[in-house]
Order: sequence, then structure tokens, then C-alpha cells
Amino acid sequence: MAYPYRHEKETRVLSEHFGDPVARTLDGYRKRGGYQALARAIEMGRDAVIDEVKASGLRGRGGAGFPTGVKWSFMPREKKGPHYLVINADESEPGAFKDRELLRWTPHQMIEGALIGAYAIQAEHVYIYCRGEFFEPAQVVARAIEEAYNAGIAGRNVLGTGVAIDVTLHLGAGAYICGEETAQLNSLEGRRGQPRIKPPFPAVMGAFGRPTTINNVETVSAVPHIINRGSAWYKGFGTEKSAGTKLYNVSGHVVRRGNFEFPLGFPMHELIYDVCGGIRDGRQLKAVIPGGSSVPILRADECDIDLDYESVIAAGSMLGTASVIVMDDRTCMVKQVRRMVDFYTHESCGQCTPCREGTAWLGKILRRIEEGQGTEADLDLLLDLSANMTGTTICVLSDSAAAPVVSSIAKFKDEYLGHIHDGACPVAAVAVA
Amino acid sequence: MANPKEARDSAGPAPAGAATAAPPPPADTVSCTIDGVPVTVPKGTRIIEAAEIAGVGISHYCYHPGLSAPAMCRQCLVEVQGMPKLQPACVTTVADGQVVLTESDRSRAARESNLEFYLLNHPLDCPICDKAGECKLQDFTHAEGRSHGRSVEPKRVLNQDDFGGAVLYEGDRCILCTRCVRFMREVAGNDALCVVQRGHRSVIDTFFEQGLEGDLWASNIVDICPVGALLSKDFLHKARVWDLDKEPSICPNCSQGCNITIETRDNLVARLRPRANSDVNSYWMCDVGRYGYDWFNRGNVPTGTLGNADTIGGGPNPTGRVEQPMVRDRTGRLRAASWQEAVRALVERLTALRGRGGVALVSPMFANEDAGLAARLLEVLGGGERLYRSEMAAEEVVCPGFPRLARRRELAANGRGLSAMGFRRVGDDSGAGALDALDVTGKLLLVLGDDLADSGESFGAGAGLFVYLGAFPGAAERNADFILPVTYFSEQEGTFTNLEGRVQRFWPALEPPPLARPAWQVLGVVLAGLEDAPAPASAASAFLRLGQLHDAFGGLSYDQLGARGALLNDPVRLAADSRR
Ligand SMILES: Cc1cc2nc3c(=O)[nH]c(=O)nc-3n(C[C@H](O)[C@H](O)[C@H](O)COP(=O)(O)O)c2cc1C
Ligand code: SF4
Ligand code: SF4
Ligand code: SF4
Ligand code: FES
Repeated sequence: MAYPYRHEKETRVLSEHFGDPVARTLDGYRKRGGYQALARAIEMGRDAVIDEVKASGLRGRGGAGFPTGVKWSFMPREKKGPHYLVINADESEPGAFKDRELLRWTPHQMIEGALIGAYAIQAEHVYIYCRGEFFEPAQVVARAIEEAYNAGIAGRNVLGTGVAIDVTLHLGAGAYICGEETAQLNSLEGRRGQPRIKPPFPAVMGAFGRPTTINNVETVSAVPHIINRGSAWYKGFGTEKSAGTKLYNVSGHVVRRGNFEFPLGFPMHELIYDVCGGIRDGRQLKAVIPGGSSVPILRADECDIDLDYESVIAAGSMLGTASVIVMDDRTCMVKQVRRMVDFYTHESCGQCTPCREGTAWLGKILRRIEEGQGTEADLDLLLDLSANMTGTTICVLSDSAAAPVVSSIAKFKDEYLGHIHDGACPVAAVAVA
Repeated sequence: MANPKEARDSAGPAPAGAATAAPPPPADTVSCTIDGVPVTVPKGTRIIEAAEIAGVGISHYCYHPGLSAPAMCRQCLVEVQGMPKLQPACVTTVADGQVVLTESDRSRAARESNLEFYLLNHPLDCPICDKAGECKLQDFTHAEGRSHGRSVEPKRVLNQDDFGGAVLYEGDRCILCTRCVRFMREVAGNDALCVVQRGHRSVIDTFFEQGLEGDLWASNIVDICPVGALLSKDFLHKARVWDLDKEPSICPNCSQGCNITIETRDNLVARLRPRANSDVNSYWMCDVGRYGYDWFNRGNVPTGTLGNADTIGGGPNPTGRVEQPMVRDRTGRLRAASWQEAVRALVERLTALRGRGGVALVSPMFANEDAGLAARLLEVLGGGERLYRSEMAAEEVVCPGFPRLARRRELAANGRGLSAMGFRRVGDDSGAGALDALDVTGKLLLVLGDDLADSGESFGAGAGLFVYLGAFPGAAERNADFILPVTYFSEQEGTFTNLEGRVQRFWPALEPPPLARPAWQVLGVVLAGLEDAPAPASAASAFLRLGQLHDAFGGLSYDQLGARGALLNDPVRLAADSRR
């Protein structure tokens, strides 16, 4: 069996070479068509590249789904000093592990996409901000950058065109919040990793006070394909509003966990029951978090949906990073939510009072309920706190911590009440490993 | 947004119109309404500042007008009509036609909630907290907080930390507004403090063992800490702040002239704190100035008996202070006299000396009014040298974040005022010397305030008349013909002129000994006996008199000085030569 698992239904564009160690090398990547898109993009000119990416419908894969070409067009056209492109490779959201695979298997694909992006926005420097714990992927990327420099792909004279773009790998120090783009800029500058207030937006004042664009690894990895095969080809995948292919990273109680690439809009049931082989140990599906821990939980009966941006929103959640966390009927939702809240408590940067204090308080109340010491009034308190933590802070980490609390109380209230009335967990508690 | 609460608030009193209907304001201003009050402010003004102008207070913690605004405490969130989310008033700028509602249900609920978050881990040990009474957490919670806490969870407990220098950190009380961190970085110009850890584990800390010691500006963080998390070792448990009497004054400890408040309890200085003046010291003062107040207290401790006439010639006076006018009699002994007697005798002696001239040696720690009338007295007697001695520091220390402010080399508060009146600085940089060279034989020797500590046995012995005005008799006891008790700057009204030439007012903060009088008053009465000029009845009229006598002060009046001060008619240019 190839790279951990391949399914014949997959449309492998970005992940085509996953599991192929030769494709990691510059030679291997070039033999597979690598860096032709970069040459082509520079021939096309900046405006044409931005137009092409706009036309492709590519949306940011870092979670927010903002149209990439539009984002690039926010950068000043008239250059008055350095511009920067930052590649967000800080992937640390519980459930997300797609960028890690792109980094370790196809580093040149990302570098090529980044160089095209940098060219389009007139950035002379690309910073790849990589999660600190990604030791092996970081090594792979570092080697690829060195190869690119040696081959004249990165550096003073990109592919002999006279365009100058430097590429630097920067390792984070293990803080989830540094995935938030403005915290990332602070961290990159050597400051404390905490989000900045906006405005000013990064396209106006970003890294080192200069216009900056931040793009996710998966986002830029799609760009060489768009340039090579055209926006119409790319837009041919997916739905009207969710174009292209996407890595679905599935974890939890399914038989086969992993990354699977499909056109956006792939049905969730098909993903879980067919591609991933269904629920482990013949158990029943209980709930799914479709887009990484920051998005609201869906109950099993809400899961018969297509996985594209708009359909998931219609179902009351968000596609986020398409990090699908599947939970079976042995999952204790109180414990599950408490663990997520503990994560946000640990990762809150601590600037904003509602987030700093609220996350810890939510965790304490949830732990009390979990241990059978809760009261019904605690549920109202949890909801009230969550409301007070939503929309009141600098970044949305606070909202993300509150979201699973609210959605789980709405959808699994009986389970909370079970803990409260019986003093013990009504489900044989087995949390997602 | 389908938020029913919001819909209700927006449809509520909606005091729009007023601003939008007004005639179009000039291009560089914008108009909005805040809680229905229309205000027009310069473009770029923040809502929190505009609200202050409109008379609407918005509670806040991280915002401080002298520092950058990180908008992180989230206490100042207000509703701005048309915006789905509440906006931080400390960074959101006013836009034309904007309608700000600080009292809408959403705004109030957000503040109440934020205060609840703060109290989750707050020890509420107000009874033993030095900040109680001027604590923003206490104030805002009292005004808008919930009456009952909803948390039953145990609170976080940290230990007290010594930040070095004059500052202690009480982590349990810290609300992590980072004002202190930003002050050190942006004003003191170093990274002595930082937030360590993150989330609810965050605390403020020094860099390992390297603390605030040696930093000239660090104690300002105690003032700007909104709660009792930063404590002054000097003020620790000294007084409850509501028991303090407070008077505006000017720091006398160097020629910068920082605006301060002298805070006293039972007629003793408890602490000095800076008063904002963007022309002089912004919101800050230096630590040397701040803690250099012991000498204001000298002799202020009540000692019982008033007339200690007999002890002053013979043994030490219990307070050390001159408490009565003293006149040397024919036998050569200093004897206590009433003010009336003393002034009459002095006028008589001065009249006899007319035309002889003399020397006036005036301490630059005395007010313009005092020095001006001393100069006049010399003038009436026939003129002569006007001198002062003062201490000079080895170097100037500029405040990195507000370079107009520096601890100046010239350490006397009023050297500049004295020079503007024709006084000449003599002696060395320790404020000593030059006394022996004075020739006063047969002439008037008028000394105001200078302690003459380094004077020789016979200093002033050959003078035609030796008049000493001061708080302590000191070396003058040996040869002075008159010793007249006068007040310190901290006990009287008056003005100092700082290095830049800014004339600034101060007010009496301490009770002087009962018979001590401001020097301008004493000299004014004496002058009235010598020339056709009425004695000034107030410091204000003494100051006007100064304007008639010296061009540099011409046209100035107390009204015009106000609380911020005004420049002399020939100010030096500070920025250019401040480094010299
Ligand atoms: C708390 C938080 C954590 C985030 N973590 C990541 C991350 O690890 N990787 C990422 O690409 N984007 C992350 N984001 C989103 C980024 O802020 C940003 O939107 C994204 O990198 C933009 O790239 P894109 O437009 O290509 O999606 C995070 C956002 C928040 C609020
Ligand atoms: S919401 Fe939380 S993580 Fe985001 S800036 Fe505020 S404190 Fe930091
Ligand atoms: S010590 Fe005071 S000023 Fe510093 S962060 Fe804490 S509360 Fe704010
Ligand atoms: S700088 Fe000078 S005037 Fe200001 S506080 Fe220090 S000593 Fe006083
Ligand atoms: S004062 Fe505005 S957020 Fe702190």
C-alpha cells in the first residue's frame, strides 16, 4: 500500500507525490514538472498571475477561506519599500495535520507556490514560519530551500529572470497562537507572539512595518497547478463558491485516518463510511467536528452534508481547515469539550481579559461537571460566559474556545445533565485518543 | 446581525442628528455624538478622548495617554452604531456622524462581564492594599460591577516579588494591563519588565535577577499601575490614600521643574507624585526627585513650646528651625523679638546704610518672588553683587521616551529664575565656595536661604549689617545681626523658573512653624519702610511686582501661568543644548 493510504476515489493534485521520497528532491520535483509554473508566471507578469489566481476561485486554506487572489490584490501596487510574503506553516490546531504532510513530502511545491506569490505581490522575501515541533518537516524544507538557492531558483536572480526573492525558514517556539497571522508577524520579528489589533491590516503594515501577505501552506501549494493548467481547469473542481481540491484530514474513531484529497463539496458520509472505512469497532457515529477544533460540533444526524465552505456553514458549523474529527458513541462530550477548552486555556496568549480569564474559568467549571460536582446553574453560567467571550477580543481564539461549549450544550445537554444528576459520566468515557 | 439586544439599542434613544445636522465642520475635524452629547474633535481623536471632552467617562485599564494603546484589556468596549461588534474606545478613532453609545445594554453588559473576569483571581484584599481608595478596579467595580461573584473556584495564589529598586510586585492583584511593561519599554527605554508565560498563567516579571535597580524612571510604574500590584517600598503601608492632603507643586530637586503633587499626612510628606504637564514632564518624574522629600519635613514635627528664645543662643533648638525673629542686641546676644520689633529695627539699620550697597546671596531653592524682592532691597541700598550658589550633577540624564524631560545638571529649582534677575552663580559644583572672597566691609550682607555651611568663623563679621533670612540659623548664628524665620517653598505660595525659562506656580503643602513667613512677605514689609511702595498683600501681587522690576517677568501674572506655567520673555532653547 502506498502512502499511508490512498483511495481510488481521490483526486490527487497537491498530494500526488505524497509517499514518494524522490519527489522531495529538487531533481525529482523537476522531473515531475516542477518549477515550470514559476518560469511561466514570471513570463505572464504580476497582474496576469493575480488575475489567474482570482479567476481560479482559490480560497485560503488556513481556515478563514478568504479568496487568495483578492488578498494578493490588497498589496500596494506601487512599491515604496520591501514587501513580504509569510507562509503560515504553524499548523497546530487540534485535528489539523494537512500542512505537515505538504511540508514533508512536497516542499518544492510549496516553495514554488510561494515564489509565484512573492513575485505577484512584489515581495523580495518569503518567510516560511514553521511550527516549532515540526522537526522532521522543517529539516525537509530547509534542505529544499538550500537546493533551490543552489539551483538559482531562489535568491538574487530567480531562474535567470533578474527577479530577486529570498526564502527563509523560521521556526516557531511551540505556541498555537502564532498561527494567527498577526501573532505570527510579532513572533517573526522577535516579539512576544500575540495578535495585533487591526487595523492596520498586514497588507498595509505587516512584518517589520511593511506591506505583508500571509498565506497558508496548502493555499500556495495549489498555485503552481493553477498557473500550469489554468484557472478554468482548477475551477472545474468543487462547487461554485468552493473551487478546487482540498486535503481532508480525518482523525478520530474511523478505521482509516489520514489525509485524503477531493474536490471541495465531497460528501461527509462518503468520506467517513467509504474512504475512511466507517466507524471503528463497529460502533455508531456520535458527532463530528468538521473543520478543526475551532468550529462548532455537528451531531451525527447533522452530518449528511457536502464538505464545502457554504454547505458546512448552512449546517451550522464551518469547514475551517477541513480537519474532520470523528467521534463515536463512546465519547463523553463533556470530557471532549473540556479537553478542547483546556487546549485553548493553555494556548491563549493572555492579552484580552475575557479570553485569558474566561478560558480558564470555562475549564474549571467543565472539570467540576465532569467529576460529578456540577449544578444545572453551571450550564447557564457556561453559556453566559461563552457569550461574554465571543466577539469581545482581539482575535478569535476566545470565540473558538467558547464555540464547542455552546454547541455541545445545545446538542448534548442530556449528557451534561447526566453528569450533574448522577454524579458520573453517562457514557462509558473513552475520549478521542 | 440578528442580535435582538442590538436591535433594541439601536432603535432606542438614537441621539443622532445633532451632529450631522450641524453646519459642516472644518476639514480637519470630525463630529460625533457620544451618549447623545455632540462633540467636534480633530481627526484621529480616539473615542475615549472625545468622550472625555463630551464629559462621558469610559472605564479603561490598558490605555494610558502617555503610552501606546494595545487595546487588550477590553474594558473600554463601546457600542458604535452600525458596527456589529463592540469597539475598543481606546483605539477606535472618531468618524463623522458616528453615534457612540456607552450606556447601551451591550456596552454595560460587556463592562460588567469584564470586571467579573478580573475578580475571578483577584484577592480583594483592599483593607491591606496601598492602592485602595485610588484603585481603578475598586472604582469601576463599585460603579458597574456585579454585586455578587459567580465563581466558586479557588483563586490563583502567587508570592510577592521584589522587582528591585523601589518597587514590589504583588502578582495576585495584577490585572495584566501591561502598562508597566510598556512604560519601561517606551519611556524608560529598556526591557526590564516583561510578561512571562501566557494565558491565565501570565505574570509580570523582571529578566531573571536583573530588576529595576538603577533605573531613574522606574517608580512611575507604581503610579500608573491601575491596581495595587506594584507597590512603592517607600510608601508601603505608610498611609491610607484618603487620609492624604494633596497640593500641586513643583519638584525642587533639579532645574527641570517637574510638576508634582505633594501628598502629606499630619504635616509630613508621605509621597510625591508627578502631575501631568506635556510641556515639562509629561506624566512622569524621576526617582531622585520623587524620593528627595525628606528635607521638606525638616523641623515640621511639632515640638511644643513656641518661644524658645533662650535656647537659640545657648543650646540646640529641638526642631533645629528658626521659630522666631532674632535680633542681636548691644551685648552681642541674639534675642527673640516680635516681627514688629524686628522689622522696625531692621528698617532703621537699613536706612542708616543707604547708598552703601552690598551683597545679596540668595539660595536658588527659593521662589522668584522671594529672590526678586531681595534683589530690590539691595537695589534700594545702592546696589551691588547678586549671587547664588548651587549644586551641579556630573551629567544630565535624559528620559529616553520623552526627551524634553531630563534630570538636569543644575540641581537647584530656581537657578534660571535667579539669573533672569541678574544673579550670578558662584562657587563650585557642590554648591560651596566663594564666600571668603566676598567683600562686605561696611556694607549690607543679605543672605536668603543659603545655609553658609562652609563659611569661616568671621564670615559676615565685618559687614555693616548682616541680615539672614532662612529656616535654619546654621552658621549665621555667629555673626548675623538679624535672623528672620522664613518658610520653605513647600510651605508657601510662589513660582520657580525652570531651566527652560518656564515659570511655574506651587502652592503651600505643609504648615510652617507659626511665626515663619514667606521671604517675599518679610522683604515686602521691610521695603515698604524704605521706599514708596506698598507691601504686597499676596504672592500674586509680589509676582506682579517682580514683573515691574525685571523685564524677563514683565507681563506675566498668576492667572496667565495657570497650572501649566508660561515662558519667561527670554527662554533658552532647551532641545538644542540640553545635552551640553
Ligand atoms: C488562533 C488562530 C490560529 C491560527 N492558526 C493557523 C495555522 O496554524 N495555520 C494557518 O495557516 N492559519 C492559521 N490561522 C489563520 C491565519 O490567521 C490566517 O488567516 C491564514 O494563515 C491566512 O492564510 P490563507 O488566506 O492562505 O488561509 C489561525 C487563526 C487563528 C485565529
Ligand atoms: S483572544 Fe485570546 S489569544 Fe486572541 S489576542 Fe486575545 S487573549 Fe490572545
Ligand atoms: S503590575 Fe500593574 S501596571 Fe503592570 S500589568 Fe499588572 S496591573 Fe498592569
Ligand atoms: S527630573 Fe528634576 S524636576 Fe523632575 S523629578 Fe527629577 S529631580 Fe525633580
Ligand atoms: S482601554 Fe481599551 S482595551 Fe484597554
